[in-house]
Amino acid sequence: MRPVSGSRARLPRGEGPGAWLAAGSVALSLLALLALLSLLAVRGLEHFWPAPVALVVLEDGRQLAGERVREVPLPEGTGRERLYRTGNRDLYGTRWEWVAVSAIAEVSHPPDLVVLERRRWGEAIGRLTALESETGERVEGEGAWPALEARLAELTSLRQARDALRDEVILPRVRALEEGGDVDRELATANARLRALQAAMEGGRLTLATADGGRLAVPLEQVLRVRRPNAMSPFDKLVAWGEGVWRFLSEGPRAANTAGGVWPAIFGTVLMVMLMSILVTPFGVLAAIYLNEVAHQGRLTRLVRIAVRNLAGVPSIVYGVFGLGVFVYGIGGTLDEWFFDAALPSPTFGTGGLLWASLTLALLTLPVVIVATEEGLARIPDQQREGALALGATRLEMLSRVVLPMATPAMLTGVILAVARAAGEVAPLMLVGVAKLAPQVPVDGDFPFLHLDRKFMHLGYHIFDAAFHGGDVQAAMPLVYATALLLVLVILVLNLTAIFLRHHLSTRHGALTRR
Amino acid sequence: MPFVQDLRPSPDPAAVIDFSPEASSLAIRGLSLAYGDTPALRDLTLRIPRHRVTAFIGPSGCGKSTLLRVLNRLHDLNDEVVRTGEVKLEGEDIHAPEVDVAELRRRVGMVFQAPNPFPMSIHDNVAFGLRLQGGLSKRKRDDIIEWALRSAALWDEVKDRLRASAWSLSGGQQQRLVIARTLAVGPEVLLLDEPASALDPISTLKIEELIGNLKSHLTLVLVTHNMQQAARVSDYTAFLQDGALVEYGPTDTLFTHPRLRRTENYITGRMA
Ligand SMILES: Nc1ncnc2c1ncn2[C@@H]1O[C@H](COP(=O)(O)OP(=O)(O)O)[C@@H](O)[C@H]1O
Ligand SMILES: [Mg+2]
Repeated sequence: MRPVSGSRARLPRGEGPGAWLAAGSVALSLLALLALLSLLAVRGLEHFWPAPVALVVLEDGRQLAGERVREVPLPEGTGRERLYRTGNRDLYGTRWEWVAVSAIAEVSHPPDLVVLERRRWGEAIGRLTALESETGERVEGEGAWPALEARLAELTSLRQARDALRDEVILPRVRALEEGGDVDRELATANARLRALQAAMEGGRLTLATADGGRLAVPLEQVLRVRRPNAMSPFDKLVAWGEGVWRFLSEGPRAANTAGGVWPAIFGTVLMVMLMSILVTPFGVLAAIYLNEVAHQGRLTRLVRIAVRNLAGVPSIVYGVFGLGVFVYGIGGTLDEWFFDAALPSPTFGTGGLLWASLTLALLTLPVVIVATEEGLARIPDQQREGALALGATRLEMLSRVVLPMATPAMLTGVILAVARAAGEVAPLMLVGVAKLAPQVPVDGDFPFLHLDRKFMHLGYHIFDAAFHGGDVQAAMPLVYATALLLVLVILVLNLTAIFLRHHLSTRHGALTRR
Repeated sequence: MPFVQDLRPSPDPAAVIDFSPEASSLAIRGLSLAYGDTPALRDLTLRIPRHRVTAFIGPSGCGKSTLLRVLNRLHDLNDEVVRTGEVKLEGEDIHAPEVDVAELRRRVGMVFQAPNPFPMSIHDNVAFGLRLQGGLSKRKRDDIIEWALRSAALWDEVKDRLRASAWSLSGGQQQRLVIARTLAVGPEVLLLDEPASALDPISTLKIEELIGNLKSHLTLVLVTHNMQQAARVSDYTAFLQDGALVEYGPTDTLFTHPRLRRTENYITGRMA
């Protein structure tokens, strides 16, 4: 009797429990990914939307003003509790207040509540009562808000004028002076103008009346932004949201990484990954060529190949330790002794920095590039190699003109995988050069323009730092979500770039990858 | 003219023809080759006439490809290969230390069984060997490319799309492109290892026609599985078995009146 042929043979594609199981797992994985991304997107992006400010009157007559953050049930059914972000940390010592819902008598959203973003102490919330200019004029009551808006706009343009004066007039002349030029007089007049501008910016201040009757005087230079969220139209809010996102992307961090933007971290991440790719590609490709095209295919080569594959599984912190010991202390320390003797004992290369971080990650991703390139090389038929040799090509010419171009897509696949892995690594970076705060990006106008010895910021580390090391974790959380979303997007963009490159290279001569 | 084999006499010397050194392009003498411990060629001695088509036939695995690869030293890279005996091209030993391998491979071109155009444009494929040599102006190079494509009977089909990918051509066109690519570097000898076995009948016919035209200025060595093809295009045919030369004679005699029973058996078996 013939055994019943397997259900596979009789079942058409895509039916039966197996297919459902497989489709279900795919759907589940996709859903999990989608949930992850939407959590990041919602939590990260809603932060920039101007939230309404509530004026809460409690049963006992006390008042408070703040943005409602969330509401949680109290234990044992004793009601619910709400968290308000009240700001005014300089007055209360905290920016948050929990209120039992049962204790609330009335909630309203008066349009004249003002939210101030300040350089220090976070935001302030209250009613604007008076504006005092630097000359001592006072505007009170209704007229104070328009006067404040006008004055802040004025301050912005003054600030721009000051920065332009400093960057375009004073700094070049200071440099000229250092080089022995005769610019004393020009410098003196410019400095006088700078002082005048500075004076015009100082002095003004505003007074807020807080919900519980307190008074808060804020110097105008401390004010970053003011708004009255309850009086804003949806369109105004949208504009404010866009501006908030843009500031997040383009500015440096403030308040111990719990506020402000992440531009230096974006820049640091991308730069570091690019340097890493530049370092890892030639080494990985050469190693793969050696293993696949040059080395005698014996037991030793097989052993090396297995070892390389296993290297990809070594925990990344191990690479960090290696980088610290060999690159930072070993090579960096020696470099310092030889070339930066004058700066010792403060290290130049003998401490973590961009170069060492890139090198460490290059080492970490080397196996990925080697394996991918090797697979690409192995797929190239020997006839292609022989065809080139038969035309009188040397081995080198054969490799460089036929084999390597054909292996480029595989090589780029390796780089894509390497980028994906490197951009998300944090652990080794903490040992070899990432910084909590390095507002200066490692590229600037000073020779040699790219400062490989500098420490840099990194999105992954920024997340870690803001989430666990900031003073006010509650305040940093939305930024943590936003930064995580950004990290995913940055990796996506880096990968898309490499994929685009690969596609471009492989379509140049038709169906190279499809054969 | 009977050939006197001075190393090891063939059982029937009359089964192997010989050519005068002046009339022959390649002279193989006492050639043996083994891959590691496995012998693939056993003591081959024969001469290949200049500007003629010589076909090698024999069962699969008898060493035909191995022999062709010796002739342009493609075995050099395989360090398993053990070779004894000599091969002379126009009287010079091709394995002599002073021989430039790249130069030798340009003189002895090779076309493989499966078309292997490079993943470049049609133009760049033909220019490949020329660029390696360097020293040619673009004008000169383009002239040679046109000449090579015409010689390979491909020019009319591709002249309007020289910049298109070589892989967009049909199999038969690709094989002719590979021949053009080889012709462009100006070989004296062209080795063809089953050049039409992967092609359709019409493409095969074109390749055969091409082989007939090329022998006016090239020595051609053709390996084929197809007896009719050998009979159609070659002037001389050599029958190999188990790495040894069994019979070598003018094609029409070999196919109609083979001297040895073994040859006859193989040919009738294949022809049927
Ligand atoms: N690279 C190689 N390594 C080891 N053995 C080989 C290699 N190439 C061919 N051979 C062996 O040598 C013999 C002759 O092969 P080949 O010359 O390809 O025969 P043919 O072309 O006549 O079919 C075969 O037995 C084959 O298995
Ligand atoms: Mg063969």
